[in-house]
Amino acid sequence: MVENRPAFTITAHAVLALGVAFMVAPVWLAFVASTHPGADFLSGRLPLWPGPDFVKNYGAVLSQGVSKAGAPAIAGMLANSLVMATLIAVGKIAISLLSAFAIVYFRFPFRVAAFWIIFLTLMLPVEVRILPTFEVVSQLGLLNSYAGLTVPLIASATATFLFRQFFMTLPDELAEAARIDGASAMGFFRDILLPLSRTNIAALFVILFVYGWNQYLWPLLVTSDPSYYTIVMGIQRMARAADDTPLWHLVMATTILALLPPVLVVVAMQRLFVKGLVETEK
Amino acid sequence: MLTKRVTFGGLVLPTLLVMPQLAITLVFFVWPASQAIYQSVMQEDPFGLKREFVGLANFERLFANEAYLQSFGITAAFSLGVAALALTLALLFAAMADWLVRGARVYATLLIWPYAVAPAIAGVLWWFLLHPTTGIYAYALSRLGLDWNPLLNGTDAFVLVVVAAAWKQVSYNFVFFLAALQSIPRSLIEAAAIDGAGPARRFRTVILPLIGPTTFFLLVVNMVYAFFDTFGIVHATTGGGPGTATTILVYKVFKDGFESLDLGGSAVQSVVLMAVVIALTLAQFRFVERKIHY
Repeated sequence: MVENRPAFTITAHAVLALGVAFMVAPVWLAFVASTHPGADFLSGRLPLWPGPDFVKNYGAVLSQGVSKAGAPAIAGMLANSLVMATLIAVGKIAISLLSAFAIVYFRFPFRVAAFWIIFLTLMLPVEVRILPTFEVVSQLGLLNSYAGLTVPLIASATATFLFRQFFMTLPDELAEAARIDGASAMGFFRDILLPLSRTNIAALFVILFVYGWNQYLWPLLVTSDPSYYTIVMGIQRMARAADDTPLWHLVMATTILALLPPVLVVVAMQRLFVKGLVETEK
Repeated sequence: MLTKRVTFGGLVLPTLLVMPQLAITLVFFVWPASQAIYQSVMQEDPFGLKREFVGLANFERLFANEAYLQSFGITAAFSLGVAALALTLALLFAAMADWLVRGARVYATLLIWPYAVAPAIAGVLWWFLLHPTTGIYAYALSRLGLDWNPLLNGTDAFVLVVVAAAWKQVSYNFVFFLAALQSIPRSLIEAAAIDGAGPARRFRTVILPLIGPTTFFLLVVNMVYAFFDTFGIVHATTGGGPGTATTILVYKVFKDGFESLDLGGSAVQSVVLMAVVIALTLAQFRFVERKIHY
């Protein structure tokens, strides 16, 4: 603020308060809906304050699921999502660290070619190669498995670039000193590069965990066995079924459970999250 | 391409290091993509017995297809709508937060978290709020005398998916806009203020040109998002309907491939989408090339 303009400051507060209301309201109303009996808001006159059925509704979806809508218990789907998000985040970080290390600290013949092949992944999101990728995964027998859910998604150009950029900013003297002291390449990686990359790894983990948790199309393709459903893809079955039967209170309870873990991760690690977001786009 | 002045020797070790990433890329990215390209120039007879090379005939057929062109138009309108709405709101919020001395951080925290909500979940939330029989927003609209029914009216359904997609993207844009605004040297703003420019005029003549590169970058990112990441929003709510009112391109590829089992048609559409991603990615890299720092 350059000059003192009380009227403008009040306007700014008002606009931001409205903005926050616009952003928060959908989730708040979903939470309210998830704590009422299903028949309470059939006409659209949703109460604005939570009702008495919090324990009942959440208990029901966690243990039994919404069987009328053909969805299994939510607890299992939450566990699958957690496994998938963690494996994707850890896998992406691990293979990107290794390949960035190879590309920056070694001179091998197909180095440039390797870099460009990794770069290609940016241009080929799952959405544009749906069918052939599905065929490959099914030929490899990876349908309905955690490997099928995660491995095809863990190649990452952005993570590799991020680590490459970071390694390029480290002084050459580090590697020089390590070599003089007789460290092997992997020793240098483990004892010097890894500890230095800690913040970057943490920031990237936040972004990638959210990315993995929120996958939708891919789990939809590779899982047909309900015991491998993830929560985000599982929810669409319910939303469609809720058109016919008054299940919205249970669907909204599921929705809240599905969005809570990644939102908590982002809120708890906001600083790292913003860092990760800005860095991966450079 | 750059390496370090000091490097480690050997061929086996670096090969092993890049191998996991390369293997996954080749098996799950490059191979399927080349399959799609191969299928897009081949024609299979109805019994799947033999294939022949037909050049670009499949593409000609695709672009002569009324339904596909319509879907292209819907996608263009959809991504422009999402980008315009998400960028405008985010810039408005960021400009206001940048003006405030106190409280900006609290607002930032409250505005940032929807980034973590999956597109499909965002879709379900708005579907619930705008559902003609149970939605509270739909109820408010009907009290205002508006005839609102996304189940039957194509325009209403289109508005619903645009709002759901933009809602989630505001957070992302806000982070980048706020960073860009806060990196503008205070002396520039002060100089303009001393010259008698008020907040609105300063915003238009000083701030807006300075955040131009960020805006361009975000425009491209938002287009990519609207084109490719919004599959879940459509699939979990409208299912492309009513009719084909919300059948965006990624949804059509999926539907033609998995529900209609039109493999050739799906492959051709995949190749067209690849061309779109490549164009958008190159546009994004022009931004990076210019080395703008926020």
